[in-house]
Amino acid sequence: MKHSKKISLLITLFICFDTKSQNISSFDFEKFSHVPKFLSDYGFFKDLKNQKPVSNVHPYSLLSQLFSDETDKLRFVYVPEGKKVGYKKNKVFIFPVGSVLIKTFAYLNSNGPLEAELLETRLLINTNNGWKAISYVWNEDQTDAKRAIAGATIPTRFVNSSGKIKDVRYRAPNQNQCKECHQLKKVVTPIGPKARNMNKLVEYDAGEMNQLVYWAALGWINENLGSTSISNYADVNVVLNERARAYLDINCGHCHIPGGSADTTGLYLNFTEQDKEQIGIYKKPVAAGRASGNLKYSIVPGHPEDSILLYRMKSLDPGIMMPESGRALSDETGIKLITDWIDKL
Amino acid sequence: MKFLRLSSQFLFLATLFVSASISSAVQLIKPSENSYLDIQEALILAEPGDIIRLSAGIFTLEDSLSLDVPGVQIEGEGMGQTILDFSNQLSGAQGLSVTSDNVTLQDFAIQNAKGDAIKVKSVTNIKFLRVKTEWTNGPSSENGAYGLYPVESKNVLIDGCVAIGASDAGIYVGQSQNIIVRNSRAEFNVAGIEIENSYFADVYNNTATNNTGGILVFDLPGLPQQGGHHVRVFNNRSVGNNTDNFAPEGNIVGEVPRGTGIIIQANSDVEIFNNEIGENDTVNIAVVTYGNDTDDKTYYPHPKSIQIHGNTFGPTGYNPDTSKGELAKILFDLSGGDMPDIFWDGLLPFTQLIFGQPENEKMVVTNNGNATLLAIKPIGYMLPYFESAIIDIHEFDGEIIPLEKVEFDETF
Repeated sequence: MKHSKKISLLITLFICFDTKSQNISSFDFEKFSHVPKFLSDYGFFKDLKNQKPVSNVHPYSLLSQLFSDETDKLRFVYVPEGKKVGYKKNKVFIFPVGSVLIKTFAYLNSNGPLEAELLETRLLINTNNGWKAISYVWNEDQTDAKRAIAGATIPTRFVNSSGKIKDVRYRAPNQNQCKECHQLKKVVTPIGPKARNMNKLVEYDAGEMNQLVYWAALGWINENLGSTSISNYADVNVVLNERARAYLDINCGHCHIPGGSADTTGLYLNFTEQDKEQIGIYKKPVAAGRASGNLKYSIVPGHPEDSILLYRMKSLDPGIMMPESGRALSDETGIKLITDWIDKL
Repeated sequence: MKFLRLSSQFLFLATLFVSASISSAVQLIKPSENSYLDIQEALILAEPGDIIRLSAGIFTLEDSLSLDVPGVQIEGEGMGQTILDFSNQLSGAQGLSVTSDNVTLQDFAIQNAKGDAIKVKSVTNIKFLRVKTEWTNGPSSENGAYGLYPVESKNVLIDGCVAIGASDAGIYVGQSQNIIVRNSRAEFNVAGIEIENSYFADVYNNTATNNTGGILVFDLPGLPQQGGHHVRVFNNRSVGNNTDNFAPEGNIVGEVPRGTGIIIQANSDVEIFNNEIGENDTVNIAVVTYGNDTDDKTYYPHPKSIQIHGNTFGPTGYNPDTSKGELAKILFDLSGGDMPDIFWDGLLPFTQLIFGQPENEKMVVTNNGNATLLAIKPIGYMLPYFESAIIDIHEFDGEIIPLEKVEFDETF
């Protein structure tokens, strides 16, 4: 206890010292009256290409991640100085007005012969009028990213986790597609940064540290939130059901939740849903059309091959695949996990 | 005189131009190699009151379009002239998706979307005027599910539209309230027009033909809005709906037998009147209970307070489809092959089977010319020596209590 306090103090000192260097204090995110054309206009990064942020823009990461065509995701957060971040159990952190969440999608290709490629950087800016979603697509020289109102198609190739080179028609979503997922009861909201999905160690400039402790040291949150943590679905040491539900939560649960974009279906895949039929077990499809794949139920326990949910995870046909947008490839790891889970239900 | 007329015309044009430039901007988009970017950027940058005008021609689109700005009108130069073609669609589950209020879509066509053609979700005030959705290969289970697909919305107007080839429903309004579907045509879909889990709908002056089932009024369990009620279906033609069911299995409409005019399932307060219903292979009107198991305790699976009057029936039941669902099979057995115009499965909560239905929930069937009827008596059906069905239509005589007209401000 004492020990962690000491670390917090050190970090606080370090952060205080460091804020004297570059930061982005000049930008008015609250009004946000005009949208900059280039990512570099904001000054989030002291080294844009290498994604090194200025001192008051902090990296963060999530335990369980949404599958996005095997991209690497570099996440950063900016909170205006002196402001607090609110916490509600099982909910996304409540960021104060003026905060920005920054997420760069890239193929870092760290285990293969291709060079690293930054694809797009998405911003969620909490303005006086609510969260705004804006995305920037990186130029070929990787010197800057330009605003892409209608999204962009980026045909490219990358080295996957097993070292194989794969082709992909990567789609940077347009503003409306951002909202499809980032919307609950018609209000745009972040998805990832929930306490339960952030209780993990992160490498900071000052060293490795639990990011909730780090945020507490920044004065954003209280040190003891009493939050549980969701499982990392990739962690094979965790119970299968926990992993599967964590996977479905982060990959499907933002739309498949009461009030979400897919609530018309009555299929709810958020972590806290307990009703078996609502989770999909022996649930008939409502509006699936040919996406049912001639199968009768979303999930048939013991029979992954008869489960619509898995059929749609595997598909690459835009009229069938789930999620509807945000992927052009199938998530082999996720498919294996959900297959095992349904098999043992 | 001539000069005067000209100048007044000029003045009129000038006024139009000025008012347009103040209150609403019109953006004209022509088909090009960048059709997707051109249209999608316009849809995102539009301000309330703007008109996005799509010129005549074929727009070839590889990704789905979406509108999230309220008060925008998307208009073409006619459903036969302005065509958004998604035959080569690579991403996105719809042709067009709308998620903002007070939107008007008019005078264009969407064809061969990979999923639904036009989905409108969670909005207040949406108009579809003279819009066409079509899968041009004809009926196929590879076609998208819905043509026009407003869901979870309030004040829905569909007028003068055409829907062809949907593998579920051509015109489908789900979990909505205040709905008018009129002057439209649905053909070669599995369900022509479907009102599902909805409140306050008027469906009139439409033609449903060559579908598997013409007009469906359904309610399903396990959804955010259920308990469908107050639906009026009148002055429609639901004729010759004899296309084999091509819905992919698993979908509820996959159980609709070929040759069905109108089906009412698990709704209350439904009035079916002054329609022309005939040349349907299996049955003209079926009133049925939701037939699948469900754990949903809040769901009521039986139809109640159904009124059927003043309809004109043509021939039916001469070539029943006994391959889909239970309906046609049971009907065929019970009628000894002499299929009725109107069928009711007679299923009720157990206490009502024993003690009878409340007066105001009983089905009323009256003034339908020479129409024939068959209603199952479930207890008789299960026991020997009892009558298993009612075939005297006059047992359903009664007073018609008209449902109120559905109205909302259509001038948004």
